[in-house]
Amino acid sequence: MKLHEFNWRRFWTIVGKEFIQMRRDRVTFAMMIGIPLLQLILFGYAINSDPKHLPTAVYSADNSVFSRTIVWGLRNSSYFDIVREPKSEAEIQRLLAQGTVQFVVHIPVDFSRKLLRGERPDLLLEADATDPSAVGYAIAAINLLTTTVLNRDLTGPLTNLRGSPTPFNLVVHQHYNPENITQNNIVPGLMGVMLTMTMIIITALAITRERERGTMENLLSTPARPGEVMIGKIVPYITVGYIQVFLILLASKFLFNVPIVGSVSLLLVLTFPFIVANLAVGITFSTIAKNQLQAVQMAFFFFLPSLLLSGYMFPFRGMPGWAQDIGEILPLTHFLRVVRGILLKGNGFAEIAPDLWPIALFLVMMLAIGIKRYRQTLD
Amino acid sequence: MNPSDLVIDVQGITKRFGNRTVVNNIPMQVRRGEIYGFLGPNGSGKTTFLRMLCGLLKPDGGSGRCLGFDIRSESGEIKKNIGYMTQRFSFYEDLTIEENLDFIARIYGVPGRKAAVEKSLEQLGMTARRSQLAGTLSGGWKQRLALSACLIHEPQLLLLDEPTAGVDPKARRDFWEEIHQLAAGGLTVLITTHYMDEAERCHRLAYIAYGNLLARGSVEEVVKAAGLTTWEAAGPDLPALAEKIRGKPGVEQVVAFGTTLHISGRDAAQLRASVGPWMTGAYRWQQIESGLEDVFISLMETAKDNFS
Repeated sequence: MKLHEFNWRRFWTIVGKEFIQMRRDRVTFAMMIGIPLLQLILFGYAINSDPKHLPTAVYSADNSVFSRTIVWGLRNSSYFDIVREPKSEAEIQRLLAQGTVQFVVHIPVDFSRKLLRGERPDLLLEADATDPSAVGYAIAAINLLTTTVLNRDLTGPLTNLRGSPTPFNLVVHQHYNPENITQNNIVPGLMGVMLTMTMIIITALAITRERERGTMENLLSTPARPGEVMIGKIVPYITVGYIQVFLILLASKFLFNVPIVGSVSLLLVLTFPFIVANLAVGITFSTIAKNQLQAVQMAFFFFLPSLLLSGYMFPFRGMPGWAQDIGEILPLTHFLRVVRGILLKGNGFAEIAPDLWPIALFLVMMLAIGIKRYRQTLD
Repeated sequence: MNPSDLVIDVQGITKRFGNRTVVNNIPMQVRRGEIYGFLGPNGSGKTTFLRMLCGLLKPDGGSGRCLGFDIRSESGEIKKNIGYMTQRFSFYEDLTIEENLDFIARIYGVPGRKAAVEKSLEQLGMTARRSQLAGTLSGGWKQRLALSACLIHEPQLLLLDEPTAGVDPKARRDFWEEIHQLAAGGLTVLITTHYMDEAERCHRLAYIAYGNLLARGSVEEVVKAAGLTTWEAAGPDLPALAEKIRGKPGVEQVVAFGTTLHISGRDAAQLRASVGPWMTGAYRWQQIESGLEDVFISLMETAKDNFS
């Protein structure tokens, strides 16, 4: 039976046809090349699980050669960048709450006096440990530092202070997530990740589907105004978004025992602009995508950098400057800080505010583009 | 003609996409209760014209009134009073028949919505199948559902874009029966079609090609205005005869119709002279009336020379 044989001519004909179709669907083709490239760049260059140059504040009440050496030693370790010198305890707490600094080093008043007496004074390191992976290496580095950093100052009669036990006692206070539980950081963050994924994909799909099936034309020939159609299509998904938020909050509390320190109602209010920002991205994609497959691909193209560059999976401060700059544009980056800030740090509106305007700005820009493009597709 | 009797009264309607003129300077006057056929080859601008009438697209040129409302500034009012049935089935396949009808009735704010939906289901004969998903209906039923949905708000003007494409002959006939009844009740219908038998069931016609209006009037008027002469030849080996005649001066179309050939052209004398040599012997010839199809193909061929 000839017919049942594998026929190379027929086979190559089908291969050829697939290639022609692949080339015709420009967006899909671009995504097939673009997504691996994006992954290559993000994973290859942006991701770094050993973050260095973490912003650190030094509160030194002891102006001595030893404290200066310790600061110098911190700098030299390349893990700590001294960016602030706070003047009060209140300022320190604000810097940590807003996430301006990752660490605060306290050098107490009589540090050098006690050190010289061999009383092993305390050196206090306060860490924002919401993301355990962001601080782990740095804490290991400072521990190592403790044993050797003062050796060059401890000369002559002071030499006997060297070695073990260490000349001073390092006390580490890990704030917000003292037990270094990864879930405490990941589970609240998941809220932002899920909202990004669902809101963008679902909106882009819902609108593209309506156009693809021709029902949009029908709808627009009725007295329904374009704005009514658009907002009417979006509102159900906002509801879905809030259901997701509730699910994650419940899971955080009852399954993962994530501490919920701050105000849940504040979080619910601030979730709204974030949801709308993502919906706006979805609308914009729906105006570009020709079919539902393309809509999904575009959503993925946005989702991937959001996931990787926002600080959700990998410490934000471990990334090179350019990656952080991109991350700062993405609404997820700021929303993660808002969620973690409220749930883990107990932040109020004042501490959250610096992360609100980037979301608002993104929202306004995206909505403007989305609405403009949406109008163009009507004509 | 009393101008208030004109449901559609537009002049110079023009639409450009980029530098391509899709609809070029087209006028249209349609009277109340009239079934107006809108014909033309694929891509001739019919759908674009309909979209401009119902306010989905803004015309680049031209003006006029539809249902007494300005097509440029009062598209909102126009939309309330027309029913537009798109070429593709454009209701929700994942909604049931009843849900689709109810949805449309709500959008139009039909008074007594429940009763209107009920009546619509009854007329469709779908009362028992109301909970069936629209996506599971056959082509003919989908078309009937779409028509019912377009009529639920009792529009004064019905725009139908190739409503019978892919529908079987019986369903098509029923469909036209209904259109005629609706028109008799005062509804005005503008319908695009490719079928000549449907064109002949319209009160009046317009024919456009490449965005240009080529002919309009009743079927008789259009045929007469085309000034086409057609000969019918019967006999042995017609394909060979067609080969010989095609391309002779004055011969514009040679079309096989079953066991006969139709040969037509606008210059009657030249056509007669060209087919003369074969008018003896085995072939039987007679002059017949030109059909609408012959007229349209002739118009299209001429238009191709003029516009492209």
